[in-house]
Amino acid sequence: MTYATETRDLTRIFKRKPKRHLLKRKSAKKNEKENGGPVTALDHVNLTIKEGELFGLLGPNGAGKTTLIKVLCTLLLPTSGSAYVAGFDVSKEVNQIRRKINMVSGGETSGYGLLTTRENIWMFSQFYGIPSKVAKERIDELMHTFGLYDKKNVKVRTLSTGERQKMNMIRGFVTDPEILFLDEPTLGLDVNASRTIREYIMNWVRKREHKTVLLTTHYMMEAEMMCDRVAIIDRGRILALDTPANLKRMIRKESTVQLEVDTLKSTAPIGGIKGIGNFSSKDDIAHGTTNLTIIVEDESAISDIMSAITAQGSRIRSMRKTDPTLEDVFISMVGKGLEE
Amino acid sequence: MTEPGFIRLNVRALFGRSYPRVIGGTRELSWIFFETVLPILSIAAYVFIYKAFLPPNPDQTMLDKVNSLVGYVVIGGTMTAFWLNVLWSMASQLYWEKEVGNLQLYMMAPMSRMALLGGMAVGGMFMTSTRAVTTLVVGVFIFGVVITIGNPLLILAVFFVTLIALYGMGMMFASLYLLYGREAWNLSALMEEPIFLLSGFYFPVKALGQTVAIGASVIPATLGLDALRQLMFPVSGFGTQFYFFSPELELAVLCVLAAVFLVLAKLSLGYLETLAKREGKLTTRHQ
Ligand SMILES: Nc1ncnc2c1ncn2[C@@H]1O[C@H](COP(=O)(O)OP(=O)(O)O)[C@@H](O)[C@H]1O
Ligand SMILES: [Mg+2]
Repeated sequence: MTYATETRDLTRIFKRKPKRHLLKRKSAKKNEKENGGPVTALDHVNLTIKEGELFGLLGPNGAGKTTLIKVLCTLLLPTSGSAYVAGFDVSKEVNQIRRKINMVSGGETSGYGLLTTRENIWMFSQFYGIPSKVAKERIDELMHTFGLYDKKNVKVRTLSTGERQKMNMIRGFVTDPEILFLDEPTLGLDVNASRTIREYIMNWVRKREHKTVLLTTHYMMEAEMMCDRVAIIDRGRILALDTPANLKRMIRKESTVQLEVDTLKSTAPIGGIKGIGNFSSKDDIAHGTTNLTIIVEDESAISDIMSAITAQGSRIRSMRKTDPTLEDVFISMVGKGLEE
Repeated sequence: MTEPGFIRLNVRALFGRSYPRVIGGTRELSWIFFETVLPILSIAAYVFIYKAFLPPNPDQTMLDKVNSLVGYVVIGGTMTAFWLNVLWSMASQLYWEKEVGNLQLYMMAPMSRMALLGGMAVGGMFMTSTRAVTTLVVGVFIFGVVITIGNPLLILAVFFVTLIALYGMGMMFASLYLLYGREAWNLSALMEEPIFLLSGFYFPVKALGQTVAIGASVIPATLGLDALRQLMFPVSGFGTQFYFFSPELELAVLCVLAAVFLVLAKLSLGYLETLAKREGKLTTRHQ
């Protein structure tokens, strides 16, 4: 069995030097923390992705998702440990790897505004040595599939965010890579553009043998719906790795309670209740409410939760017990929701 | 599909990378004013001074000499376009690409780094050539310069080798800029004026004295201009003592310079890539 990618104790530490121009400013104090010591973006990551898999990496902002992708794309060296792509070492065998991979990230602004959509994609395909004619045929076909064909002769700077991201996706697929890295590919896109992109990715992996996709996301639904296996990553560490169904089964003994209540002054009393696991809370300022998702290990805790809320003078507007979703798995492991 | 071989891949990559420049020039036409009219104006200033040397009833040798002087300036003004392109556009290119997010896509691709730099250079040369030719034609036409083309092959050889050396230097700068970022901008500003003077864009460099002239020869434009002027204006406006070496020798030196700059460009980008991959500087943090 060959692995598409494999990491062994992969660690990446960023040294952060204080920036001179920041120090000069009055706000230097405030920035000191940000510019402080080294950051461990990846902490002994052991992750194996099989050939043919659509693999999801799920984690909040700053979890280390992009860093992992950059290491695998030969753009960043490991600080320690090792990483292999298609069996080749990212520190030593970059040329073998580069021919087999491509990468697209969400919100990319690559390319040249002066060129048309089609010209931009064509240009990037040339860096992979794709014969011009083949490239152009593939581009036209992909543009049809993504519903971008009528924009093919339009300058890139006139494209909408969704159209632009479709163009970026085509740039990734046009070189027909063996392993495609997608870093939050639907970030900030509307429902329709996201759906087109997700469906194409799923089809691409399922209908062809030996094609692998590593997708990072911080949308639960995306990971749950699309991926064969999902790894949950936080602060550079892999917390769990399994199929979405198995991950959910892990916390099946527990149930999830979702509450909508008048804005809470403090969530601290809830944290103190016996019989609950982790929970997340999100204030909805527009409606003057707080949405709570609480992992309940012991059903008897529910009445304690309700009294803790009413004790603050807050009204309970709605309450639901739900089956665990991937989001609940996440909350139970990371101790906070993804969007927090 | 079979994988393209090393050469095929890199030829395609080089052409692909030069494409935005080649095609871009035809899409934004405002350059016509900035890149043609402005150089002509600065040329005109020198031309009027040189023409003022003429006595009321000049004889033929006098006319020839002034023709050479004016010719120097037109050629110098033409080559200026390439120098400015190297200094401002080539040098800051990779830095700019990094900001936009192109650099990581370039570095991730299987193409050779020389195809990337070469593509930038070829694109820049092509775009600038259209401008330079416009300047040349307008200059020759307006100021009535008579050019003598005795040895066209040698002229072409000198011209192209000068360009290769000049853009080789630009490729090297591009890598260094990536390392020093914005601070390197000041370097460009610093180099612009003195080098205009030193490399003798508007007069023969040897007028500045032998030592300065030899130092200035590191900049490929210096020798290239000197050789081109010798080959195009057999009658020297300043007297032959102002010429540097013979055009053939200058061509040989230019070839060496071209090779040296290309090797340095490759080495510096290679070094820089490793450094940036170690420090996490190949991309900006938000990408
Ligand atoms: N080039 C860099 N220099 C310094 N710190 C970095 C750099 N890139 C990422 N980091 C830090 O590493 C951590 C992980 O970042 P990243 O991999 O981008 O997270 P994610 O993609 O999951 O949001 C963050 O704390 C981030 O600030
Ligand atoms: Mg990221």
